[in-house]
Amino acid sequence: MPAPPPARPVTLTVNGRRTTASLEPRTSLLDALREQAGLTGTKKGCDQGACGACTVLVDGRRVLGCLTLAMQAEGCHVVTIEGVGPHHPLQDAVVHHDGLQCGFCTPGQVCSALGMLAEHRAGAPSLVTEDLAADAVPLTSAEIRERMSGNLCRCGAHNGLVAAVREVAESGSAR
Amino acid sequence: MRPFDYARPADVDEALSLVGDTPGARFLGGGTNLVDLLRRGVETADLLVDVSRLPLDEIEEAADGGLRVGAGVRNSDLAHHPLVRRRYPVLSRALLSGASGQLRAMATVGGNLHQRTRCPYFTDLDAPCNKRDRGAGCAARHGASRGLAVLGTSERCAATHPSDLAVALVALDARIELASRDGVREVSADGFHVLPGETPDIETVARRDELVTAVVLPSPPPGRGDYRKVRDRASYAFALVSVAAVLDVVDGDVASVRLGLGGVGTVPWRAHRAEAHLTGSPLSDERVAEAVALELADARTTPDNAFKVELARRTAVATLRRLATPSDSTAGAIA
Ligand SMILES: Cc1cc2nc3c(=O)[nH]c(=O)nc-3n(C[C@H](O)[C@H](O)[C@H](O)COP(=O)(O)OP(=O)(O)OC[C@H]3O[C@@H](n4cnc5c(N)ncnc54)[C@H](O)[C@@H]3O)c2cc1C
Ligand code: FES
Ligand code: FES
Repeated sequence: MPAPPPARPVTLTVNGRRTTASLEPRTSLLDALREQAGLTGTKKGCDQGACGACTVLVDGRRVLGCLTLAMQAEGCHVVTIEGVGPHHPLQDAVVHHDGLQCGFCTPGQVCSALGMLAEHRAGAPSLVTEDLAADAVPLTSAEIRERMSGNLCRCGAHNGLVAAVREVAESGSAR
Repeated sequence: MRPFDYARPADVDEALSLVGDTPGARFLGGGTNLVDLLRRGVETADLLVDVSRLPLDEIEEAADGGLRVGAGVRNSDLAHHPLVRRRYPVLSRALLSGASGQLRAMATVGGNLHQRTRCPYFTDLDAPCNKRDRGAGCAARHGASRGLAVLGTSERCAATHPSDLAVALVALDARIELASRDGVREVSADGFHVLPGETPDIETVARRDELVTAVVLPSPPPGRGDYRKVRDRASYAFALVSVAAVLDVVDGDVASVRLGLGGVGTVPWRAHRAEAHLTGSPLSDERVAEAVALELADARTTPDNAFKVELARRTAVATLRRLATPSDSTAGAIA
Protein backbone atom coordinates (compact mmCIF):
# COMPACT_ATOMS: atom_id res chain seq x y z
CA MET A 1 0.00 0.00 0.00
CA PRO A 2 1.35 3.47 -0.81
CA ALA A 3 2.38 5.68 2.08
CA PRO A 4 -0.59 7.56 3.50
CA PRO A 5 -0.84 11.12 2.25
CA PRO A 6 0.79 13.40 4.78
CA ALA A 7 -1.08 15.84 6.93
CA ARG A 8 -1.12 19.33 5.54
CA PRO A 9 -2.15 22.74 6.81
CA VAL A 10 -5.85 23.48 6.54
CA THR A 11 -7.19 26.93 7.29
CA LEU A 12 -10.69 27.20 8.65
CA THR A 13 -12.55 30.25 9.88
CA VAL A 14 -14.27 29.10 13.04
CA ASN A 15 -16.53 31.48 14.94
CA GLY A 16 -14.92 34.38 13.12
CA ARG A 17 -11.34 33.34 13.90
CA ARG A 18 -8.96 31.97 11.31
CA THR A 19 -7.22 28.86 12.53
CA THR A 20 -4.73 26.67 10.73
CA ALA A 21 -4.15 23.08 11.73
CA SER A 22 -2.16 20.27 10.22
CA LEU A 23 -4.73 17.67 9.21
CA GLU A 24 -4.90 14.39 7.34
CA PRO A 25 -7.38 14.47 4.46
CA ARG A 26 -9.57 11.88 6.19
CA THR A 27 -10.10 14.10 9.25
CA SER A 28 -13.74 15.06 9.67
CA LEU A 29 -14.75 18.62 10.42
CA LEU A 30 -16.14 17.29 13.70
CA ASP A 31 -12.82 15.81 14.76
CA ALA A 32 -10.94 18.91 13.61
CA LEU A 33 -13.20 21.10 15.74
CA ARG A 34 -13.08 18.89 18.79
CA GLU A 35 -9.54 17.53 18.72
CA GLN A 36 -7.57 20.26 16.97
CA ALA A 37 -9.45 23.47 17.73
CA GLY A 38 -10.46 22.32 21.23
CA LEU A 39 -14.09 23.24 20.59
CA THR A 40 -15.78 20.35 22.32
CA GLY A 41 -19.24 21.89 22.39
CA THR A 42 -20.04 20.08 19.15
CA LYS A 43 -20.83 16.48 20.06
CA LYS A 44 -20.10 13.14 18.43
CA GLY A 45 -23.14 10.91 18.78
CA CYS A 46 -23.21 8.33 16.00
CA ASP A 47 -20.46 9.51 13.64
CA GLN A 48 -22.71 8.19 10.84
CA GLY A 49 -25.12 11.00 9.99
CA ALA A 50 -27.95 9.52 11.98
CA CYS A 51 -28.35 11.72 15.07
CA GLY A 52 -27.57 15.40 14.38
CA ALA A 53 -25.48 15.93 17.53
CA CYS A 54 -22.58 17.19 15.40
CA THR A 55 -24.58 19.89 13.59
CA VAL A 56 -22.66 23.10 12.88
CA LEU A 57 -23.23 25.98 10.48
CA VAL A 58 -21.01 26.21 7.41
CA ASP A 59 -21.50 29.44 5.48
CA GLY A 60 -24.83 29.72 7.27
CA ARG A 61 -26.09 26.26 6.30
CA ARG A 62 -26.64 23.54 8.86
CA VAL A 63 -24.46 20.52 8.13
CA LEU A 64 -23.24 17.41 9.91
CA GLY A 65 -19.66 17.74 11.11
CA CYS A 66 -19.21 13.98 11.14
CA LEU A 67 -19.83 13.55 7.40
CA THR A 68 -17.99 16.68 6.31
CA LEU A 69 -14.25 16.41 5.73
CA ALA A 70 -12.39 19.30 7.32
CA MET A 71 -10.81 19.98 3.94
CA GLN A 72 -14.24 20.40 2.39
CA ALA A 73 -14.81 23.31 4.76
CA GLU A 74 -11.56 25.04 3.90
CA GLY A 75 -12.26 28.67 3.04
CA CYS A 76 -15.73 28.52 4.64
CA HIS A 77 -17.10 30.22 7.73
CA VAL A 78 -17.86 27.64 10.38
CA VAL A 79 -20.03 28.50 13.38
CA THR A 80 -20.18 26.12 16.33
CA ILE A 81 -22.18 26.38 19.53
CA GLU A 82 -19.25 28.29 21.07
CA GLY A 83 -19.83 30.98 18.45
CA VAL A 84 -23.57 31.11 19.11
CA GLY A 85 -23.63 31.52 22.87
CA PRO A 86 -23.57 31.79 25.71
CA HIS A 87 -26.86 33.69 25.86
CA HIS A 88 -28.38 33.63 22.45
CA PRO A 89 -32.18 34.11 22.70
CA LEU A 90 -32.68 30.55 21.44
CA GLN A 91 -30.41 29.13 24.12
CA ASP A 92 -32.27 31.06 26.81
CA ALA A 93 -35.57 29.83 25.39
CA VAL A 94 -34.37 26.21 25.42
CA VAL A 95 -33.46 26.57 29.09
CA HIS A 96 -36.73 28.34 29.89
CA HIS A 97 -38.84 25.65 28.16
CA ASP A 98 -36.89 22.69 29.61
CA GLY A 99 -35.74 21.78 26.11
CA LEU A 100 -32.91 19.66 27.46
CA GLN A 101 -32.11 17.07 30.03
CA CYS A 102 -28.64 15.55 29.73
CA GLY A 103 -27.70 18.24 27.21
CA PHE A 104 -25.78 16.01 24.83
CA CYS A 105 -27.96 16.79 21.82
CA THR A 106 -28.43 20.46 22.70
CA PRO A 107 -25.55 22.14 20.82
CA GLY A 108 -26.61 20.29 17.68
CA GLN A 109 -30.26 21.17 18.29
CA VAL A 110 -29.44 24.86 18.68
CA CYS A 111 -27.21 25.06 15.60
CA SER A 112 -29.72 23.06 13.58
CA ALA A 113 -32.59 25.29 14.67
CA LEU A 114 -30.67 28.43 13.71
CA GLY A 115 -29.99 26.98 10.27
CA MET A 116 -33.59 25.83 9.98
CA LEU A 117 -34.95 29.28 10.89
CA ALA A 118 -32.78 30.85 8.21
CA GLU A 119 -34.13 28.35 5.65
CA HIS A 120 -37.65 29.18 6.76
CA ARG A 121 -37.08 32.93 6.46
CA ALA A 122 -35.86 32.31 2.92
CA GLY A 123 -39.23 30.68 2.14
CA ALA A 124 -38.23 27.01 2.19
CA PRO A 125 -41.14 24.56 2.41
CA SER A 126 -41.00 21.21 4.22
CA LEU A 127 -42.60 17.83 3.66
CA VAL A 128 -45.61 18.83 5.77
CA THR A 129 -46.17 22.13 3.97
CA GLU A 130 -49.54 21.86 2.23
CA ASP A 131 -49.03 24.43 -0.48
CA LEU A 132 -45.56 24.02 -1.90
CA ALA A 133 -46.01 27.08 -4.11
CA ALA A 134 -46.71 29.44 -1.20
CA ASP A 135 -44.09 32.13 -0.62
CA ALA A 136 -44.36 32.07 3.15
CA VAL A 137 -45.05 29.05 5.32
CA PRO A 138 -46.43 29.47 8.87
CA LEU A 139 -44.00 27.82 11.29
CA THR A 140 -46.42 25.57 13.16
CA SER A 141 -45.34 22.92 15.65
CA ALA A 142 -45.81 20.28 12.95
CA GLU A 143 -43.51 22.26 10.67
CA ILE A 144 -40.88 22.61 13.40
CA ARG A 145 -41.01 18.89 14.19
CA GLU A 146 -40.56 17.90 10.55
CA ARG A 147 -37.79 20.44 9.94
CA MET A 148 -35.95 19.40 13.12
CA SER A 149 -36.32 15.64 12.59
CA GLY A 150 -32.60 15.33 11.87
CA ASN A 151 -31.82 16.00 15.52
CA LEU A 152 -32.58 13.11 17.82
CA CYS A 153 -32.86 13.51 21.58
CA ARG A 154 -32.59 10.34 23.59
CA CYS A 155 -33.87 12.16 26.68
CA GLY A 156 -37.09 13.06 24.92
CA ALA A 157 -36.87 16.83 25.41
CA HIS A 158 -38.53 17.46 22.06
CA ASN A 159 -41.63 19.21 23.33
CA GLY A 160 -39.58 21.84 25.12
CA LEU A 161 -37.35 22.27 22.09
CA VAL A 162 -40.33 22.81 19.80
CA ALA A 163 -41.76 25.39 22.20
CA ALA A 164 -38.43 27.20 22.40
CA VAL A 165 -37.96 27.30 18.64
CA ARG A 166 -41.50 28.48 18.17
CA GLU A 167 -41.16 31.27 20.69
CA VAL A 168 -37.95 32.52 19.16
CA ALA A 169 -39.33 32.27 15.62
CA GLU A 170 -42.39 34.29 16.59
CA SER A 171 -40.36 36.99 18.33
CA GLY A 172 -37.93 37.17 15.41
CA SER A 173 -34.96 37.20 17.79
CA ALA A 174 -33.07 34.27 16.29
CA ARG A 175 -31.01 36.10 13.71
CA MET B 1 -10.51 4.81 8.26
CA ARG B 2 -7.98 3.92 5.58
CA PRO B 3 -6.12 7.08 4.57
CA PHE B 4 -6.82 8.80 1.27
CA ASP B 5 -5.85 12.03 -0.40
CA TYR B 6 -8.13 14.95 -1.19
CA ALA B 7 -8.12 17.30 -4.16
CA ARG B 8 -10.26 20.26 -5.05
CA PRO B 9 -10.07 20.69 -8.84
CA ALA B 10 -10.51 24.13 -10.34
CA ASP B 11 -12.79 23.06 -13.17
CA VAL B 12 -14.59 20.08 -14.66
CA ASP B 13 -11.73 19.19 -16.99
CA GLU B 14 -9.30 18.96 -14.11
CA ALA B 15 -11.74 16.80 -12.16
CA LEU B 16 -12.15 14.45 -15.14
CA SER B 17 -8.39 14.19 -15.60
CA LEU B 18 -7.71 13.54 -11.93
CA VAL B 19 -10.22 10.70 -11.77
CA GLY B 20 -9.32 9.46 -15.24
CA ASP B 21 -5.62 9.25 -14.35
CA THR B 22 -5.92 7.79 -10.86
CA PRO B 23 -7.39 4.26 -10.65
CA GLY B 24 -8.25 4.65 -6.96
CA ALA B 25 -9.84 8.08 -7.34
CA ARG B 26 -13.50 8.81 -6.63
CA PHE B 27 -15.64 11.88 -7.09
CA LEU B 28 -16.78 13.46 -3.82
CA GLY B 29 -20.06 15.36 -3.60
CA GLY B 30 -21.47 16.31 -0.21
CA GLY B 31 -19.80 13.27 1.30
CA THR B 32 -22.92 12.16 3.17
CA ASN B 33 -22.74 8.64 1.77
CA LEU B 34 -19.14 8.23 0.66
CA VAL B 35 -17.48 9.56 3.83
CA ASP B 36 -19.68 7.28 5.92
CA LEU B 37 -18.87 4.21 3.79
CA LEU B 38 -15.15 5.01 3.75
CA ARG B 39 -15.13 5.33 7.50
CA ARG B 40 -16.88 1.98 7.87
CA GLY B 41 -14.45 0.34 5.46
CA VAL B 42 -17.24 -0.58 3.03
CA GLU B 43 -15.74 1.55 0.28
CA THR B 44 -12.12 2.44 -0.34
CA ALA B 45 -10.43 5.29 -2.18
CA ASP B 46 -6.91 6.58 -2.68
CA LEU B 47 -8.02 10.03 -3.75
CA LEU B 48 -11.24 11.98 -3.33
CA VAL B 49 -11.82 14.55 -6.04
CA ASP B 50 -14.19 17.12 -4.56
CA VAL B 51 -16.65 18.15 -7.26
CA SER B 52 -19.03 19.95 -4.91
CA ARG B 53 -17.33 23.32 -5.52
CA LEU B 54 -17.29 23.11 -9.29
CA PRO B 55 -19.60 25.48 -11.17
CA LEU B 56 -22.23 22.73 -11.48
CA ASP B 57 -24.60 24.45 -9.08
CA GLU B 58 -27.00 26.21 -11.44
CA ILE B 59 -30.68 25.54 -12.08
CA GLU B 60 -31.49 26.91 -15.54
CA GLU B 61 -34.68 27.09 -17.59
CA ALA B 62 -34.38 25.23 -20.88
CA ALA B 63 -35.89 26.30 -24.19
CA ASP B 64 -38.36 23.38 -24.20
CA GLY B 65 -39.89 24.50 -20.90
CA GLY B 66 -37.82 22.09 -18.86
CA LEU B 67 -35.02 22.63 -16.38
CA ARG B 68 -31.34 21.83 -16.40
CA VAL B 69 -30.11 21.07 -12.90
CA GLY B 70 -26.38 21.05 -12.23
CA ALA B 71 -25.12 17.90 -10.53
CA GLY B 72 -23.63 19.95 -7.70
CA VAL B 73 -26.95 21.54 -6.72
CA ARG B 74 -27.68 20.62 -3.13
CA ASN B 75 -30.80 18.56 -2.51
CA SER B 76 -32.31 21.32 -0.36
CA ASP B 77 -31.68 24.02 -2.97
CA LEU B 78 -33.40 21.93 -5.63
CA ALA B 79 -36.36 21.13 -3.37
CA HIS B 80 -36.76 24.78 -2.35
CA HIS B 81 -36.39 26.29 -5.82
CA PRO B 82 -39.54 28.23 -6.78
CA LEU B 83 -39.73 26.72 -10.28
CA VAL B 84 -39.36 23.20 -8.96
CA ARG B 85 -42.01 23.77 -6.30
CA ARG B 86 -44.48 25.12 -8.84
CA ARG B 87 -43.77 22.96 -11.89
CA TYR B 88 -42.41 19.72 -10.45
CA PRO B 89 -44.02 19.31 -7.00
CA VAL B 90 -43.43 15.56 -7.21
CA LEU B 91 -39.70 16.25 -7.32
CA SER B 92 -39.75 18.83 -4.56
CA ARG B 93 -41.69 16.49 -2.28
CA ALA B 94 -39.50 13.51 -3.07
CA LEU B 95 -36.45 15.50 -2.02
CA LEU B 96 -38.11 16.92 1.09
CA SER B 97 -39.05 13.39 2.16
CA GLY B 98 -35.44 12.25 2.11
CA ALA B 99 -32.93 12.25 4.96
CA SER B 100 -32.87 15.39 7.18
CA GLY B 101 -32.48 19.14 6.79
CA GLN B 102 -28.73 18.90 7.44
CA LEU B 103 -28.18 16.01 5.04
CA ARG B 104 -30.24 17.66 2.31
CA ALA B 105 -28.19 20.84 2.70
CA MET B 106 -25.03 18.81 2.07
CA ALA B 107 -26.14 16.17 -0.44
CA THR B 108 -25.70 16.89 -4.14
CA VAL B 109 -27.84 15.71 -7.03
CA GLY B 110 -24.98 13.68 -8.51
CA GLY B 111 -24.15 12.03 -5.20
CA ASN B 112 -27.78 11.23 -4.49
CA LEU B 113 -28.08 9.24 -7.71
CA HIS B 114 -24.94 7.28 -6.86
CA GLN B 115 -25.78 6.57 -3.23
CA ARG B 116 -25.45 2.93 -2.18
CA THR B 117 -28.07 0.64 -0.70
CA ARG B 118 -29.01 0.67 2.98
CA CYS B 119 -29.26 -3.14 3.14
CA PRO B 120 -27.75 -3.81 6.60
CA TYR B 121 -25.52 -6.61 5.28
CA PHE B 122 -23.90 -4.27 2.77
CA THR B 123 -22.34 -2.32 5.63
CA ASP B 124 -21.73 -5.35 7.85
CA LEU B 125 -18.18 -6.41 7.02
CA ASP B 126 -18.69 -9.68 8.87
CA ALA B 127 -21.52 -10.74 6.57
CA PRO B 128 -21.16 -11.88 2.95
CA CYS B 129 -22.52 -9.42 0.41
CA ASN B 130 -22.36 -9.75 -3.38
CA LYS B 131 -22.74 -6.02 -3.79
CA ARG B 132 -19.71 -5.28 -1.65
CA ASP B 133 -17.66 -8.26 -2.70
CA ARG B 134 -18.58 -9.94 -6.00
CA GLY B 135 -19.28 -13.64 -5.57
CA ALA B 136 -19.09 -13.59 -1.76
CA GLY B 137 -22.73 -14.59 -1.28
CA CYS B 138 -25.72 -12.84 0.21
CA ALA B 139 -26.48 -12.84 3.91
CA ALA B 140 -29.87 -11.25 3.36
CA ARG B 141 -31.31 -14.30 1.58
CA HIS B 142 -31.68 -16.11 4.86
CA GLY B 143 -31.41 -13.11 7.11
CA ALA B 144 -33.39 -9.98 7.86
CA SER B 145 -35.28 -9.40 4.62
CA ARG B 146 -37.96 -6.90 5.63
CA GLY B 147 -36.36 -4.03 3.76
CA LEU B 148 -35.45 -5.98 0.64
CA ALA B 149 -36.81 -5.29 -2.82
CA VAL B 150 -39.52 -7.44 -4.37
CA LEU B 151 -39.01 -6.34 -8.00
CA GLY B 152 -35.90 -6.62 -10.13
CA THR B 153 -34.20 -9.02 -7.73
CA SER B 154 -31.76 -11.76 -8.69
CA GLU B 155 -30.40 -14.85 -6.97
CA ARG B 156 -27.41 -12.74 -6.00
CA CYS B 157 -29.04 -9.58 -4.62
CA ALA B 158 -32.36 -8.08 -3.62
CA ALA B 159 -31.11 -4.87 -2.02
CA THR B 160 -33.40 -1.86 -2.43
CA HIS B 161 -32.29 1.33 -4.10
CA PRO B 162 -32.69 3.98 -1.40
CA SER B 163 -32.98 7.25 -3.34
CA ASP B 164 -36.24 9.20 -3.22
CA LEU B 165 -34.98 11.72 -5.77
CA ALA B 166 -34.37 8.99 -8.35
CA VAL B 167 -37.94 7.70 -8.05
CA ALA B 168 -39.27 11.13 -8.96
CA LEU B 169 -36.75 11.44 -11.80
CA VAL B 170 -37.78 8.18 -13.48
CA ALA B 171 -41.42 9.28 -13.31
CA LEU B 172 -40.52 12.62 -14.89
CA ASP B 173 -38.56 11.07 -17.80
CA ALA B 174 -35.47 12.97 -16.69
CA ARG B 175 -32.13 12.52 -18.45
CA ILE B 176 -28.75 12.33 -16.81
CA GLU B 177 -25.74 13.98 -18.37
CA LEU B 178 -22.41 12.20 -17.96
CA ALA B 179 -19.02 13.65 -18.82
CA SER B 180 -15.64 12.01 -19.10
CA ARG B 181 -12.46 12.74 -21.02
CA ASP B 182 -14.10 10.85 -23.89
CA GLY B 183 -16.90 13.40 -24.13
CA VAL B 184 -20.44 13.94 -22.92
CA ARG B 185 -23.40 11.57 -23.18
CA GLU B 186 -26.95 11.51 -21.88
CA VAL B 187 -28.82 8.53 -20.49
CA SER B 188 -32.43 8.32 -19.33
CA ALA B 189 -32.97 8.31 -15.58
CA ASP B 190 -34.95 5.11 -16.12
CA GLY B 191 -31.90 3.45 -17.70
CA PHE B 192 -29.28 4.89 -15.35
CA HIS B 193 -29.54 2.26 -12.62
CA VAL B 194 -29.11 -1.36 -13.65
CA LEU B 195 -30.66 -4.53 -12.24
CA PRO B 196 -28.34 -6.60 -10.02
CA GLY B 197 -28.35 -9.75 -12.15
CA GLU B 198 -25.06 -11.61 -11.77
CA THR B 199 -23.13 -8.46 -10.83
CA PRO B 200 -24.91 -6.56 -8.06
CA ASP B 201 -21.73 -4.56 -7.46
CA ILE B 202 -22.43 -2.72 -10.74
CA GLU B 203 -25.28 -0.34 -9.99
CA THR B 204 -25.37 2.18 -12.83
CA VAL B 205 -24.40 2.49 -16.48
CA ALA B 206 -21.90 5.22 -15.51
CA ARG B 207 -18.23 4.33 -15.48
CA ARG B 208 -16.08 5.22 -12.48
CA ASP B 209 -14.47 8.08 -14.44
CA GLU B 210 -17.78 9.52 -15.62
CA LEU B 211 -18.93 12.61 -13.79
CA VAL B 212 -22.64 13.33 -13.51
CA THR B 213 -22.72 16.95 -14.66
CA ALA B 214 -26.46 17.62 -14.84
CA VAL B 215 -29.97 16.26 -14.62
CA VAL B 216 -32.18 17.45 -17.45
CA LEU B 217 -35.89 17.67 -16.78
CA PRO B 218 -38.19 17.82 -19.79
CA SER B 219 -41.11 20.22 -19.58
CA PRO B 220 -43.43 19.10 -16.78
CA PRO B 221 -45.97 16.41 -17.72
CA PRO B 222 -49.58 17.67 -17.67
CA GLY B 223 -51.64 17.22 -14.54
CA ARG B 224 -50.93 17.20 -10.84
CA GLY B 225 -48.05 15.51 -9.10
CA ASP B 226 -47.24 14.20 -5.66
CA TYR B 227 -44.76 11.98 -3.83
CA ARG B 228 -45.93 9.86 -0.99
CA LYS B 229 -43.55 7.95 1.22
CA VAL B 230 -44.44 5.33 3.81
CA ARG B 231 -41.90 4.46 6.45
CA ASP B 232 -41.41 3.20 9.98
CA ARG B 233 -41.40 6.69 11.45
CA ALA B 234 -42.83 9.94 10.16
CA SER B 235 -39.53 11.53 9.20
CA TYR B 236 -35.79 10.89 8.78
CA ALA B 237 -36.18 7.30 7.58
CA PHE B 238 -35.89 5.46 4.30
CA ALA B 239 -38.99 4.34 2.42
CA LEU B 240 -40.70 1.04 2.96
CA VAL B 241 -42.73 2.01 -0.08
CA SER B 242 -42.99 5.29 -1.93
CA VAL B 243 -45.02 6.44 -4.90
CA ALA B 244 -44.18 9.27 -7.28
CA ALA B 245 -47.19 10.16 -9.39
CA VAL B 246 -48.25 12.71 -11.97
CA LEU B 247 -51.86 12.34 -13.09
CA ASP B 248 -53.83 14.10 -15.79
CA VAL B 249 -57.54 13.39 -16.01
CA VAL B 250 -59.46 14.84 -18.98
CA ASP B 251 -63.23 14.43 -19.32
CA GLY B 252 -63.23 11.74 -16.68
CA ASP B 253 -60.57 9.57 -18.31
CA VAL B 254 -56.91 9.27 -17.46
CA ALA B 255 -55.20 11.17 -20.28
CA SER B 256 -51.75 10.42 -18.92
CA VAL B 257 -50.21 9.11 -15.76
CA ARG B 258 -46.63 8.71 -14.57
CA LEU B 259 -45.85 6.33 -11.75
CA GLY B 260 -42.57 5.67 -10.02
CA LEU B 261 -42.18 3.27 -7.11
CA GLY B 262 -39.56 3.42 -4.37
CA GLY B 263 -38.71 0.87 -1.70
CA VAL B 264 -39.94 -2.07 -3.79
CA GLY B 265 -37.31 -2.32 -6.51
CA THR B 266 -33.60 -3.02 -6.71
CA VAL B 267 -33.63 0.10 -8.89
CA PRO B 268 -35.91 3.17 -8.82
CA TRP B 269 -38.96 1.61 -10.47
CA ARG B 270 -40.92 3.14 -13.34
CA ALA B 271 -44.31 1.41 -13.36
CA HIS B 272 -44.88 1.24 -17.12
CA ARG B 273 -47.33 -1.66 -16.95
CA ALA B 274 -49.47 0.10 -14.37
CA GLU B 275 -49.44 3.31 -16.40
CA ALA B 276 -50.61 1.46 -19.52
CA HIS B 277 -53.45 -0.15 -17.60
CA LEU B 278 -54.67 3.19 -16.25
CA THR B 279 -54.36 5.31 -19.37
CA GLY B 280 -57.56 5.90 -21.33
CA SER B 281 -59.98 4.71 -18.65
CA PRO B 282 -61.81 6.41 -15.81
CA LEU B 283 -59.81 6.33 -12.57
CA SER B 284 -61.11 4.24 -9.72
CA ASP B 285 -59.56 2.61 -6.68
CA GLU B 286 -60.25 -0.79 -8.25
CA ARG B 287 -58.56 0.16 -11.46
CA VAL B 288 -55.46 1.41 -9.59
CA ALA B 289 -55.37 -1.79 -7.55
CA GLU B 290 -55.45 -3.83 -10.77
CA ALA B 291 -52.71 -1.69 -12.26
CA VAL B 292 -50.45 -2.15 -9.24
CA ALA B 293 -51.19 -5.89 -9.21
CA LEU B 294 -50.06 -6.07 -12.85
CA GLU B 295 -46.91 -4.14 -12.05
CA LEU B 296 -46.11 -6.39 -9.12
CA ALA B 297 -47.13 -9.64 -10.81
CA ASP B 298 -43.51 -10.77 -10.92
CA ALA B 299 -42.77 -9.76 -7.33
CA ARG B 300 -40.55 -12.19 -5.46
CA THR B 301 -41.22 -11.90 -1.77
CA THR B 302 -40.06 -13.37 1.51
CA PRO B 303 -42.38 -13.77 4.49
CA ASP B 304 -40.83 -10.61 5.91
CA ASN B 305 -41.21 -8.29 2.94
CA ALA B 306 -44.39 -9.63 1.32
CA PHE B 307 -46.25 -6.77 3.02
CA LYS B 308 -44.71 -4.39 0.48
CA VAL B 309 -47.00 -5.68 -2.27
CA GLU B 310 -50.11 -4.72 -0.34
CA LEU B 311 -48.52 -1.51 0.91
CA ALA B 312 -47.61 -0.46 -2.64
CA ARG B 313 -51.19 -1.05 -3.71
CA ARG B 314 -52.62 1.02 -0.89
CA THR B 315 -50.10 3.81 -1.28
CA ALA B 316 -50.74 4.08 -5.02
CA VAL B 317 -54.50 4.05 -4.50
CA ALA B 318 -54.30 6.79 -1.88
CA THR B 319 -51.90 8.93 -3.90
CA LEU B 320 -53.86 8.77 -7.15
CA ARG B 321 -57.20 9.19 -5.42
CA ARG B 322 -56.02 12.42 -3.90
CA LEU B 323 -54.53 13.68 -7.15
CA ALA B 324 -57.84 12.95 -8.90
CA THR B 325 -59.84 15.01 -6.43
CA PRO B 326 -59.17 18.67 -7.26
CA SER B 327 -61.66 19.84 -4.63
CA ASP B 328 -59.52 18.28 -1.94
CA SER B 329 -57.63 21.23 -0.51
CA THR B 330 -54.87 19.00 0.81
CA ALA B 331 -54.15 17.52 -2.62
CA GLY B 332 -50.51 17.66 -3.40
CA ALA B 333 -49.67 17.53 0.27
CA ILE B 334 -48.59 14.60 2.37
CA ALA B 335 -50.66 13.94 5.42
C1 LIG C 1 -28.99 9.11 8.13
C2 LIG C 1 -29.24 9.21 6.66
C3 LIG C 1 -30.54 9.17 6.19
C4 LIG C 1 -30.79 9.28 4.82
N1 LIG C 1 -32.08 9.21 4.37
C5 LIG C 1 -32.34 9.28 3.04
C6 LIG C 1 -33.66 9.18 2.53
O1 LIG C 1 -34.62 9.04 3.28
N2 LIG C 1 -33.84 9.24 1.18
C7 LIG C 1 -32.79 9.40 0.32
O2 LIG C 1 -33.02 9.46 -0.88
N3 LIG C 1 -31.53 9.49 0.78
C8 LIG C 1 -31.29 9.43 2.10
N4 LIG C 1 -30.00 9.49 2.56
C9 LIG C 1 -28.90 9.43 1.59
C10 LIG C 1 -28.51 10.77 1.05
O3 LIG C 1 -29.55 11.27 0.23
C11 LIG C 1 -27.25 10.55 0.24
O4 LIG C 1 -26.21 10.23 1.12
C12 LIG C 1 -26.86 11.77 -0.56
O5 LIG C 1 -27.86 12.12 -1.48
C13 LIG C 1 -25.55 11.53 -1.30
O6 LIG C 1 -25.14 12.74 -1.90
P1 LIG C 1 -23.67 13.34 -1.64
O7 LIG C 1 -23.51 14.50 -2.51
O8 LIG C 1 -23.45 13.55 -0.19
O9 LIG C 1 -22.81 12.11 -2.17
P2 LIG C 1 -21.36 11.61 -1.74
O10 LIG C 1 -21.45 10.90 -0.44
O11 LIG C 1 -20.37 12.68 -1.88
O12 LIG C 1 -21.12 10.56 -2.91
C14 LIG C 1 -21.94 9.41 -3.07
C15 LIG C 1 -21.45 8.65 -4.31
O13 LIG C 1 -21.66 9.44 -5.48
C16 LIG C 1 -20.44 9.63 -6.17
N5 LIG C 1 -20.55 10.98 -6.73
C17 LIG C 1 -20.79 12.14 -6.06
N6 LIG C 1 -20.97 13.15 -6.92
C18 LIG C 1 -20.84 12.62 -8.16
C19 LIG C 1 -20.93 13.16 -9.49
N7 LIG C 1 -21.22 14.46 -9.71
N8 LIG C 1 -20.74 12.33 -10.54
C20 LIG C 1 -20.45 11.02 -10.34
N9 LIG C 1 -20.37 10.46 -9.12
C21 LIG C 1 -20.57 11.25 -8.05
C22 LIG C 1 -19.36 9.43 -5.16
O14 LIG C 1 -18.16 9.00 -5.77
C23 LIG C 1 -19.97 8.34 -4.29
O15 LIG C 1 -19.80 7.09 -4.90
C24 LIG C 1 -29.72 9.43 3.93
C25 LIG C 1 -28.41 9.50 4.40
C26 LIG C 1 -28.16 9.40 5.75
C27 LIG C 1 -26.76 9.47 6.23
S1 FES D 1 -22.48 12.46 15.13
FE1 FES D 1 -22.93 13.34 13.21
S2 FES D 1 -24.99 12.81 12.92
FE2 FES D 1 -24.51 11.70 14.73
S1 FES E 1 -31.15 16.29 26.24
FE1 FES E 1 -30.28 14.32 26.42
S2 FES E 1 -30.11 13.75 24.36
FE2 FES E 1 -31.30 15.49 24.22
